Amino acid sequence: MTGKKELQVSAIENGTVIDRIPSNKLFTVISILGLDNTDLTMTFGMNLNSNALGNKAIIKLWDKYLADEEINKLALVSKDIKINIIKNYEVVEKKVVSLPESINGIVRCVNPKCVTNCEGVSTRFNVVSKEPIAIQCCYCEKIFEEKRIEII
Amino acid sequence: MKGNSLISIEDLTRDDILEILERAAEFEKNPNQDLLKGKVAGVLFFEPSTRTRLSFETAINRLGGKVVGFADAKITSATKGETLKDTIKMVDNYVDFIVMRHHIEGAARYASEIAKHPVINAGDGANQHPSQTMLDLYSIKKTQGTLENLNIVMVGDLKYGRTVHSLLQAMRHFNPTFHFVAPNFLKMPDQYKRYLEVAGIPYYEHTELTTDVINEADILYMTRVQKERFSDPLEYERVKDVYILKNSMLANSKDTMKVLHPLPRVNEISTDVDENPKAYYFEQAHNGLFAREAIIAKVLGL
Ligand SMILES: [Zn+2]
Repeated sequence: MTGKKELQVSAIENGTVIDRIPSNKLFTVISILGLDNTDLTMTFGMNLNSNALGNKAIIKLWDKYLADEEINKLALVSKDIKINIIKNYEVVEKKVVSLPESINGIVRCVNPKCVTNCEGVSTRFNVVSKEPIAIQCCYCEKIFEEKRIEII
Repeated sequence: MKGNSLISIEDLTRDDILEILERAAEFEKNPNQDLLKGKVAGVLFFEPSTRTRLSFETAINRLGGKVVGFADAKITSATKGETLKDTIKMVDNYVDFIVMRHHIEGAARYASEIAKHPVINAGDGANQHPSQTMLDLYSIKKTQGTLENLNIVMVGDLKYGRTVHSLLQAMRHFNPTFHFVAPNFLKMPDQYKRYLEVAGIPYYEHTELTTDVINEADILYMTRVQKERFSDPLEYERVKDVYILKNSMLANSKDTMKVLHPLPRVNEISTDVDENPKAYYFEQAHNGLFAREAIIAKVLGL
């Protein structure tokens, strides 16, 4: 029956499908990719059934292909997110998200004494471990594990 | 070294560290060299630290340079709401390099991104204080003849003590074994234990400073247990005396063992240790001059 559910979010001719987003993270993905600030045509659905995930959300972007570095930012949201590239209604390429070496601007440093929280400096983190995820602030040098990562 | 600034001990490779230590040994033989003739340093202490500032200013003067700056942000426009960025940009126009201390963590890294000239971090909150680490390394190498394969015992506040964190990071290049002696709520943070695990460096944790631990040490690195860290004053009273090093405790320690301390001490090293030839903390502080001269020469490529 998942096929029927998929139809609730209409098919696109050309563009990108961001699939298997945890439902409660849909708006985080929109914000990370800056989709709330574009004139792109997009459709999305949430609380769709997925056998693997329980509830999932999906975003379809018309006539838009994302650079890998954009896609890889989504690894911070969930490593399960899948990207499908659509051409002529067909999936021509599938991409997985993989954490980049560094993360600029989208994560808050949770150290209140960090210069990024005191002087309006935009954040920069190096990924020190991908599995499990751990990132290090380039300024205060504190390391944060996945559960302490806060997306701005 | 990343760029020309020294912000974190992690910016230095093993070769950088050894090069700076060799240079420091040359400065110890001949501390007065005119390398900074015609150069001006901006020494900016947004947070006061007389000990560190005098050591840097002495180093600059002995190298023939001149100093401008301030000893406390209270007497600068920094308290009138001027941003760190504006202060650094202004000073950067006047000087050849900047030495700065700030209570905000990451402030020196940020300054190094703004300034055209090299920045030396003289302490950024609980984060880094690389010149202290270099003088610690210099003291260890000078007294042990090597940095390799040493048994290093760290005692006291290992949670907030940035000097022990940076020393641990720097020593990772030299195959050490660590012993951490601290009360449970001041023990070495997981971040640093994981760091050692990844580097394959063994460490052992203890809650008591026993002669068994001391007798294994090549370096006994004592730190202050600071009263203001404790929410319960009774807990402080109970804990503070557990970590007092007395001369009698050194009776069966290695002949070559040295006691280090970043100073100032409170009561964690009893004064009867001072006369023991194994007490090295006063010479250690003096080594700061040579280490800082070597750091300045390194960042300026002199
Ligand atoms: Zn930070």
